[in-house]
Amino acid sequence: MYKILEKRRLNDSVTLMRVDAPLVAKKAGPGQFIILRIDENGERIPLTIAAYDRESGSVTIIFQKVGLTTMRLDEKEEGDELLDFVGPLGRVSHFGDVKGKRVAVIGGGLGIAIAYPQAVALANLGAEVDMIVGFRNIGLAILLDELSAVSKNLIVMTDDGSNGHRGFVTDALRQQLDAGVQYEHVVAIGPLPMMRAVSEMTRPLGIHTVVSMNPIMIDGTGMCGGCRLTVGGEMKFACVDGPEFDGHLVDFDEAMKRARMYAPEENLSRERHACRMEEAAKHVQ
Amino acid sequence: MYNKSPVKLPAREQDPIVRRGNFKEVSLGYSAEMAVEEASRCLNCKHQPCVEGCPVNVQIPKFIGLVKEGEFEKAYEVIRETNSLPAICGRVCPQESQCEAKCVRAIKGDPVGIGRLERFCADYAMARSCPVPELQPKNGKKVAVVGSGPAGLTCAGDLARLGYEVTIFEALHTPGGVLIYGIPEFRLPKRLVKQEIESVEAMGVKIEKNVVVGRSVSLDDLFDEGYSAVFVGSGAGLPKFQNIPGENLNGVYSANEFLTRINFMKAYTFPESDTPVRVGRRVAVIGGGNVAMDAARSALRLGAQEVSIVYRRSEKEMPARIEEIHHAREEGIIFKMLTAPTEILGDEKGSVRAMTCVEMELGEPDASGRRRPVVKRGSEFTMDVDTVVVAIGNSPNPLIRDTTPGLQTQRWGGIIVDDRGATSRENVYAGGDAVTGAATVILAMGAGKTAAQAIHEKLSKQG
Repeated sequence: MYKILEKRRLNDSVTLMRVDAPLVAKKAGPGQFIILRIDENGERIPLTIAAYDRESGSVTIIFQKVGLTTMRLDEKEEGDELLDFVGPLGRVSHFGDVKGKRVAVIGGGLGIAIAYPQAVALANLGAEVDMIVGFRNIGLAILLDELSAVSKNLIVMTDDGSNGHRGFVTDALRQQLDAGVQYEHVVAIGPLPMMRAVSEMTRPLGIHTVVSMNPIMIDGTGMCGGCRLTVGGEMKFACVDGPEFDGHLVDFDEAMKRARMYAPEENLSRERHACRMEEAAKHVQ
Repeated sequence: MYNKSPVKLPAREQDPIVRRGNFKEVSLGYSAEMAVEEASRCLNCKHQPCVEGCPVNVQIPKFIGLVKEGEFEKAYEVIRETNSLPAICGRVCPQESQCEAKCVRAIKGDPVGIGRLERFCADYAMARSCPVPELQPKNGKKVAVVGSGPAGLTCAGDLARLGYEVTIFEALHTPGGVLIYGIPEFRLPKRLVKQEIESVEAMGVKIEKNVVVGRSVSLDDLFDEGYSAVFVGSGAGLPKFQNIPGENLNGVYSANEFLTRINFMKAYTFPESDTPVRVGRRVAVIGGGNVAMDAARSALRLGAQEVSIVYRRSEKEMPARIEEIHHAREEGIIFKMLTAPTEILGDEKGSVRAMTCVEMELGEPDASGRRRPVVKRGSEFTMDVDTVVVAIGNSPNPLIRDTTPGLQTQRWGGIIVDDRGATSRENVYAGGDAVTGAATVILAMGAGKTAAQAIHEKLSKQG
């Protein structure tokens, strides 16, 4: 059992949890993920490691309520325990020599939480980090202090322009590139359409672009291939070969179709859970 | 007096029409009376060829003799002397190519139902209390076992008996390996696997779940933590695909994924359990081994209307157990032999709608001794399917070899060992599918047993 040491709601739908998992904390590196299972009937879901503390043996995850399991996870409180928490899984990010080089770390939606440790790692390697992050509106912004501490230049975009910067992260990247900023390396983490749009933008400029893929996973150890993707024309398993890949080589169309595989079942589970919670609430009243 | 019947006493079975709709065990085994009757077919041969045919050398005539006398628990103890998991072996071993293949009664008629008798004894004893076997006094040495499948469980059990402090590291959240995630409930009830694992734990073996060796911890870390030897029984869990167009369409599963969702995550109870699985109306399972049979029969039980096994050779070459092929056929699985898929076709949403195949003919024998299938010209045809399960085999997972410097492996990934299970790394042993590629439960157990003995000899010398 893995105890929840800390729980913090970052906004209405995004929650941070620090979990007691010494073995994972001991080995974790940037880019890696864990798989958790809440209880006996639970499914296994992958979540990126947002931070880790080797000394206290804790691992931080940040998740968004999008379906049954994340809704149920969000109902857990500090002191509660998770049945299974396994990791670190996937490969550690390899940034190469980025000392003194200018890099862009781009995060969309929950991807911001996942992009943050990448930015930290790059900054620690001596890179000059620009962060470009996007939110629906400024009220939903998360981790702004942390992001600004790690980046030379933080650009926050909002869909509704509520902070004066209306547009998508790709609009900001376009402006930077048009203004003549030379990036050696781009990291893009977020929804598939956003990672694709960034990759398409950097492709003609030949800027090395890394994306963090988030396909459906079960075991996370390479034994089922549920997370398979086509990268550079070859079949890859995101859980063992990734989750990071060269954005210019990923077949995003296929990945988007595969991500929707269980949409009907996911809706059923979510609705069923919402009904139950309503029933339970009535009962309490 | 012995029973002269040339026919092996059939086990009781669930009716095919009924069992198609449930995940309960198909074979109901022998009653006590039936076991005594079948046991008296054994001639108690002096030269005991059956024992040689068993990879862990169960004392077959001895235990069958006890069954004949109604001493079922004593018979179980005899089996347990050399076999840590008899309830499992009695059910899933391919006896027709092992113990029963060597039985003298098989020369004229059926062999003695050794597997069924083993299963009966195990079930009988386990339904009561199973005594913990006698253990040697603790010797203060620690051994780590990677993987809790049949190889690891056997190795761990044998070492615990010899006085070692044994810890098994398992990547998944429940131990058992393929016994838990692969072989379905209708062939191997999970309750029994659990019970067998508990009996290994009762001998003092610790099982650490959710530890991925190669990620959470490396082999070198284990030696640093004070383990004197490591046994790698990590299996062959990396699914092979065919490399034909359309394999990434929605509705195409590796058999590992399909069976893991169903067995391990209980997707057959969805939405009671949270893991979904998609089984369409028409399912094609590619392959001819036990895994293909398990996948096809699971698909049927999840409500598929038409399930076909698509295999590129003929039925004679199928590696699946005869009993499973027979069960599958009784349940209405369609066998499309000498057929090879060439492409999986999708619709605009990226879901499977059909599969094109070619017919094959058998040519000259290949390296495996089986006649090689050759494409029949102009035989291409299309099958309407909405789910495809690829069950063409697995190779060993690369995580351990990639993170263990100096561990020599075959080009296809199998760990290289000598005949006692020793690898190229000092005090690292390996066995089971991690060494051989996908094989059988009992061969993995045999390898675990040999390695336990070798580890014991090595560590005894090291003082």
